[in-house]
Amino acid sequence: MGHKKPRRICMDYSAGKPVDSRVINEMLPYLNAHYGNPSSLHTLGQEAKQTLEKSREVVAKLINAEKPETIVFTSGATESNNLAIMGTANRNKNRGSKILTSSIEHMSVVNSCKLMTRRGFQVSFLPVNKFGLLDIEQLEAELDDKTTLVSIVYANGEIGTIQPIKEISKIVHTKKAFLHVDATAACGQIPIDVQDENIDLLTISSNDIYGPKGVGALYVKTGTTIQPIIQGGGQERGLRSGTENIPGFAGFAKAAEITKNEMPQESARLTKLRDDLIKGLIDPIPNAYLNGHPTQRLPDNASVRYSFIEGESIMLSLDIMGVYASSGSACAAKTLQPSHVLLALGLRPEEAHGSLMLTLGKDNNQEDVDQLKSIMPDIVRRLRDMSPLTPKELKK
Amino acid sequence: MYTDKVMDHFKNPRNMGELPDADGVGTVGNPTCGDLMTMYIKVKDNHIEDIKFKTYGCGAAIATSSMTTELAKGKTLEEAMKITRASVASSLGGLPPVKMHCSNLAADALHSAIKNYEQKQKSSQEVEE
Repeated sequence: MGHKKPRRICMDYSAGKPVDSRVINEMLPYLNAHYGNPSSLHTLGQEAKQTLEKSREVVAKLINAEKPETIVFTSGATESNNLAIMGTANRNKNRGSKILTSSIEHMSVVNSCKLMTRRGFQVSFLPVNKFGLLDIEQLEAELDDKTTLVSIVYANGEIGTIQPIKEISKIVHTKKAFLHVDATAACGQIPIDVQDENIDLLTISSNDIYGPKGVGALYVKTGTTIQPIIQGGGQERGLRSGTENIPGFAGFAKAAEITKNEMPQESARLTKLRDDLIKGLIDPIPNAYLNGHPTQRLPDNASVRYSFIEGESIMLSLDIMGVYASSGSACAAKTLQPSHVLLALGLRPEEAHGSLMLTLGKDNNQEDVDQLKSIMPDIVRRLRDMSPLTPKELKK
Repeated sequence: MYTDKVMDHFKNPRNMGELPDADGVGTVGNPTCGDLMTMYIKVKDNHIEDIKFKTYGCGAAIATSSMTTELAKGKTLEEAMKITRASVASSLGGLPPVKMHCSNLAADALHSAIKNYEQKQKSSQEVEE
């Protein structure tokens, strides 16, 4: 392994993104000069109120929401998912107690659903196929008159697979159920149109589109019955109490505006880099595989796995070389279980342990991809040399 | 997350490889859990004359394997049996708490290799008798 200090390359953008400098400039005045509280009736407060409503309008446009009031600002995707699931299920309890979701959801959906089972709801985690696409037949089979909510991730950030949301929406709406879509990873990478796709609730996150962390939103379609999970002064039409984070929302709005303008070019650029990266990570290395769908996948996502070695040690080897990546291995997690998303694809634990997840972003370029392509074969070879699992013929 | 010492052993593992003519071999762990280690020892005059390891696992699994071989080399079998998971971890300047159980198996692999050697000795003596 080389000892020279190479330049740093981040390929872990799904874990966190830098805030766009245009967003920072937009936010700054609201941190000091315009510090008003929108609930105040004086001019300072009413100016803040204007900023709040303007931000709502811009964020609504990103997902083509029918009106700005459908946007409920939150503290991020985790809160939005909690609100969507608990708020909708609890509010509509009189109509039914069944919730359907997939087996590849974010933990904020998984654990909200698990909490609801302890409160008397019936939750089914629907299977996906080996590419991570939802089992539509199973959805149709399980969906019934008691189902009040179906919560499906637009695209899982770990494997990148994009779900056919429009098709899912049609099925869900054959019954009286609401459809919640967690678009945290998808928003900003692929166009989302909540009206065209007929989505009732949609989670989006600011940092995932290069806005500040700690800010998100839940789109709540007009007519969707939902109750708050946070009690207080009744902000956000009573759905999310707490003094509004005006600098955060203004930043989120700026990020949404930039994303709307730049997404077509940026997604095309990332898709090209991603395909080249995936090819370079798999083709020259034996027993290397892609996780997720080969084409129906997010532009930023290159998730791969290598037999006979373990993901955290791949991640550490890359870190030493100045490359920041992520792994679905148990050893890289707090839970000591391999990622439930990878297991849901039908991978055995020892296959899931060998996973490496790379997510591209704004600052990545062809040079970064070439660097990865040049170092990965040696990293895999070195770890396989060490591994008692490697078959003899691979050791040369 | 890891100490400099752990990273040093991860980057430059000591005594990595196999001993084809090993006197004792011990394997612990399970690939399903993400860790598997094999220790090979060569014994002469009741001392560990040579030792090598092969490990599948995370950074901690590789570093503890390397450290264990370093601690065991040249020791008498009795001394080597006294090397514990705790002493391996402290020689590395500590491990993250979550890694103490799952990935810190190298001392067990060493003990298993020594027992394997002793077993072989016993059975060859029985053959001679």
